[in-house]
Formats: sequence, C-alpha cells, structure tokens
Amino acid sequence: MGAENIIFLLLFLVAFTLFFRNAAKIKRNIFLGKKVIPEGSKSARLKTMLKVALGQSKMTAKPVAGILHILVYAGFVIINLEMLEIVIDGIFGTHRIFSFAGSFYNSLIASFEVLALLVLVSCLLFFIRRNLLKLSRFRKPELNGWPRNDANFILITEVFLMSAFLIMNAADATLQQQQVQHYVQSGCFPVSSLFASLFIGLDTSTLIFIERFCWWFHIVGILVFLNYLPYSKHLHIILSFPNTYFSKLKPKGELNNMESVTREVKLMLDPEANPYASPPDSVSQIPERFGAKDIFDLNRIQLLNAYSCTECGRCTSECPANNTGKKLSPRKIMMDVRDRLEEVGKAIDKNGSNYKDEKTLLGHYISEEEILACTTCNACTQACPINIDPLSIIIELRRNLLMEESKAPAEWAGMLTNIENNGAPWQFSQADRLRWSEEN
Amino acid sequence: MSLKVKTMAEMMASGQTPEVLFWVGCAGSFDDRAKKITIAFAKILQHAQVSFAVLGSEESCTGDPAKRSGNEFLFQMQAMQNIMVLNGYEVKKIVTACPHCFNTLKNEYPALGGNYLVLHHTEFLQQLINEGRLTIKGGVFKGKRITFHDPCYLGRGNGIYEAPRELIYKLDSELVEMTNCKARGFCCGAGGAQMFKEAEKGNKEVNIERTEQALEVNPDIISTGCPFCMTMMTDGVKMKNKETQIKVYDIAELIAQANDL
Ligand code: SF4
Ligand code: SF4
Repeated sequence: MGAENIIFLLLFLVAFTLFFRNAAKIKRNIFLGKKVIPEGSKSARLKTMLKVALGQSKMTAKPVAGILHILVYAGFVIINLEMLEIVIDGIFGTHRIFSFAGSFYNSLIASFEVLALLVLVSCLLFFIRRNLLKLSRFRKPELNGWPRNDANFILITEVFLMSAFLIMNAADATLQQQQVQHYVQSGCFPVSSLFASLFIGLDTSTLIFIERFCWWFHIVGILVFLNYLPYSKHLHIILSFPNTYFSKLKPKGELNNMESVTREVKLMLDPEANPYASPPDSVSQIPERFGAKDIFDLNRIQLLNAYSCTECGRCTSECPANNTGKKLSPRKIMMDVRDRLEEVGKAIDKNGSNYKDEKTLLGHYISEEEILACTTCNACTQACPINIDPLSIIIELRRNLLMEESKAPAEWAGMLTNIENNGAPWQFSQADRLRWSEEN
Repeated sequence: MSLKVKTMAEMMASGQTPEVLFWVGCAGSFDDRAKKITIAFAKILQHAQVSFAVLGSEESCTGDPAKRSGNEFLFQMQAMQNIMVLNGYEVKKIVTACPHCFNTLKNEYPALGGNYLVLHHTEFLQQLINEGRLTIKGGVFKGKRITFHDPCYLGRGNGIYEAPRELIYKLDSELVEMTNCKARGFCCGAGGAQMFKEAEKGNKEVNIERTEQALEVNPDIISTGCPFCMTMMTDGVKMKNKETQIKVYDIAELIAQANDL
C-alpha cells in the first residue's frame, strides 16, 4: 500500500463518518416530531414506494422534465456502480480491478459512458431551463438566495463529475494505446473516444497526470457530494424512498380525526359522565396542544416530508391560491418546516436537548395569512412527485390557530357559531331544512 | 306544488325502511340555487321509483367547514350528533349531492362510529342507469358543448372522475374537457371553508381563474356536481358577463331537464 492508497482510505473513512454523523442528526431532528403509526399494510406501502420513488411514476406528469430526470437518476445510480471498482482500486492500488470480466466489463464501461453523456446533457438542459427559461415555478420568492444556488450547484457538480469520468477514460484509453505499464488493455469507450484524439500528442506523464487528476476529482467529488446532501434539497435522492413508503394511502379528501378531541367530545355527549371526575389515567395529564404551532407538534412523517422535499415547486404551480396571487405556497410551507427544524436542531447541538427558544413555526416562519388561503383542494399532494402532504401541515397549523389561539377570522367565527347554534354555516333554522320540498 | 318527500321519522312511524337516505346538506337545504339541485335530484329519484327518505329537521351540518377551518372540536360534535341520529334509524346507505358531505360521511365518520355506504349522486344515478331503473332521454342537449368542472372532494379527494362524465355522454351532448381536468382539476375556490370568508389578498379570485379556464373551451354549459362549485362558477360566469350565453348546471339538473321532470 502506497501513500496514495492510505490517503484515499483516510478520505473515504472521514467522508463516511461525517455523513453518518449528519444522517444521525437528521434522524434525531425527525424524531423531535410526534410518533405516528403508519397507515395500511407493509406491502401496500412498499408498493407505493416502488412505484413512486423507484419507478418515478409521478414525474412524467411533466413529460420533458420527467424524462430528463429519470435519465439523470438512472444514470447517476448506475454510474455509481463504478464506485465499487474505484474504491477497491483506491485502497489496493490496482487499476481497473474488474477488467478480468472481459467483454462483460467492456460493455459495462461502454454503457456507463453513454449514460454519463446523457446525464451531462440532461443536467445542462436542466440548468438552462432553470436559469434561462422563465418558468414561473423557478422564480417564486421562496427560492431566492440559498435554494437557487443549491439547485445550480448540484447541476454544475454533476456536469463536472460526469466530465471528469469521461476525460479520465479518454486519457486512460490513450495510455493503453501507448502500452504504458499499469494501464491494462480493457474497457470500451464509445463516448470518450470521440475526443480522445485531442490527447494523442501528449506525453505519457501528462496523460497520467490527467488520468489521475480526473480519477481523484471524480471520487473526491462524490465523497464531497455525499456530505453535501444533508444540507441540500438533493437529500431527496435518499429520503424519497422512506418518504413514499410512509405516505398517505387513504383517500386524499380524508383528514385525520384528532383522538384527543374525540375523547373530550365523547365525555361531553355522554349523559352518564361526571364532568367533575378526574380523567382516567389513559388520558395524559399533560395538556396536549391542539394542532401545531411548532415543529414539535407535527408528526415524524410530516418532518420527514420536509427533509425530503425537492423544492421542485410542482405543488405550488398547481395551487389555486398561489396561482391567484395569494401568499400561500405549499413548497414554502415545506421549506419553512425544514428551516425551522434545522434551526432547532442546531440549537440543540449547541445547548443540549432541553433547549427552547422563543420562536415558533407558525408566526416566525409561516404566517396566518398563508395558511388561511388554502382551499384544501389537494392539488399540491396530487402534484408532488414524492407524495409529500403540505395540506396536512396547513390543517395542523389552522387547528392551532382556531382551537388554541382562538384566532378565527371574523367571518369564520360567525360561520362556526351558526353551525353550533343552528346546525348550518348560515343563519337558518334547522326546523326549515325541508322547506325546499314545498318550494317546487 | 309540494314534492312529498318523506322523512326518516315518517317512514319509521309507518314501519317502512327506505332503500337509501338522501343527505341533503346545508347548501342543498338553504341556498336558493342549490335547492334547485336538491329538487332535481329528488324528482329523478321519484321518477325512478327509488324509495328514499331525508332526515329533514333532524339533519345537521356534517361539520366539514368546521373541520377544514381548523375547529376539530365543533366538527366532532356535529359528527357524533349526526351519527347518533343515523345509527338510531339504522341507516345503511346514503346518497348526497354534495361532495363535501360525501367525503366527510364516507371517510371521516367511520372512525367516530358511523359506518355507511356513501354515494355521490352521480355515482348513484349511474348505478340506476346500469341497473335499468333510469333511462336518460337524449335530445334536449343534443350537440351542446358541455364541460365538466371536477369538484375537488369528488375528483382528487375520492378519485371519482368517470361517473359524472358517463352521465354527460348519456345526454347525447359533446363533452369538452378543460386543460385542467380530472386529477389536474383546478379548484373553484370554495373548499376548505373559503366559501365562508373573503379570500386573502391576491391578484385574482380563484373562481374567476377557473371560469376563464372553462371559457377557453367555448362551452354552452358548464356542469358540475357540487353546490359550492355551483355558486363559484355561476358567480364567475356573471362576472365575465356571459350568463346569457353560458349556463351552469348540476348533472342532476341536466338529467331532470333531459327527462322533462
Ligand atoms: S390544498 Fe391548499 S396548499 Fe395545497 S394546492 Fe390546494 S390550496 Fe394550495
Ligand atoms: S412538496 Fe413535493 S411538489 Fe412541492 S416542492 Fe416539495 S417535492 Fe416538489
């Protein structure tokens, strides 16, 4: 093992340790939310995951973006098979260790090259589309600053990584032609051979430098990228799997019934119940907050949703409120939950797990105006390519606003009083409910 | 003329059990425009000789607007009281012309002890046709361009896209689809208790946007299956000064007209 191999091994170990440490933090943050029993059977959930995350069934609702995305995704995953070889070569100082597989190896490398080119072109197209075409969902205010840079950084990195891979192969092929020792005759390079002629005049040491540089750039790039994920919307390449696995299976129209409320209502309607009796032990004495004011009041699936969001804005571009100029943007709701969760997580890192600050999700991140504009139409949940449910969060926030803070807008207060008093949202007497049959 | 609709209490008193309970809903009971939908649907039921009853003064708001505005407490109070009444009459099957009542009764009542077979009126009408109990006379709407606005709680909310369309086909008319239809249907703006307050600040009303989408396909009739969508679309057409050329009807009204009821 040479010095080069030891450096590689160290880098590799450091990168993965760092990554797992950050992953553990994300898990801890998600577990700040309330425990929730996932819906339905395991097999139904697995099916959803395979269809929506692996099969990307919802991506093609926008065909161009959908197909490009599938290319990038498939390409990126498959090319990373090459990682295995890179890691072994890196640790043991071998070169193209799998090349003994002969023609099978050659066809693998050939297909990696084709995929690399497709990924490269797709990422360039994505970059142009995101920055030059005036697509409104990429121009919403919630993307200003970091989120826009994040998206572009990912695309540029992928372009560089793929370029490094192809240039490395071109240099390697030229070295093979020069029959330089160590560079075994192997591989098939349909893409890089197209520009390998550029390298022909170069001397061996320059070529080796180019080949080594690209090799290191590729692997270090991937290790850096891995550690970039926890800070990025790109985390979805991992979390979209658990996210779809835990996503809603019930009809979209159905909202959950709050069990704490059910207990109270049952008690109220039960003529036998003694209103002064102390609640049974099963009813916890700690007063539960109605709805959600902060991330602690949301459940773990909702927090997982926030970390999984790709910030694609498909939800927002279908949202009737957003489309008519209201402040509400379901994408922003998800981004706000993640930002707040990160803020709380960092504070806990610094000050210990009991730390509480003065801020809350509703109020400091999300305004009443936003959540009040939602028509609960489910266009956002339908549009989301990874089954995120911004609506369930909006409803939890509204529950807090109405039941905990008693801050219903005046017209709603009137509507609610009417329902309470005469069983309809308007001021009509319940006794008149059959009047229509005489008005014919 | 009175429609002679029986209540559950009356049925019970005379020892009868109806085939289905017609859940009229608040809009269907009190909103002037929606009452016409209620009447049209009741007439079709009578015409098809379906034995049905209503709850009348024993019906109360399902609690949908309370729940969606965020007042879960009031929702569950309403739900439990309604469930007591429904279970008292041993109701098994419910039909309603309101997708909000439909969704709430079907999806949100079971966990609170209310288990019924709940159908939207377009599903029920389609079943009547399939069973040969109702035939729709074509003719009146022959050659008319009809577009269908998917109510959110019928379409995306519960995956029912075809029942209303099947009925439109039966009218001998031309179904013209908006770009945003079915799963991509655009809300009318009334759901989530928005019906009961002014919209937040924006640059347009949701119902105007939706009406413009409908106008793009040059319909003679905008049809829908929800009393709240009805209000929103009717207002939208008026705002666009198109009410003389374009009519807004519920599917039940179209069928009642076709059959001259
Ligand atoms: S459910 Fe609410 S947030 Fe989602 S698209 Fe509809 S109005 Fe927008
Ligand atoms: S919630 Fe879903 S649709 Fe909306 S931005 Fe995030 S990933 Fe995209």
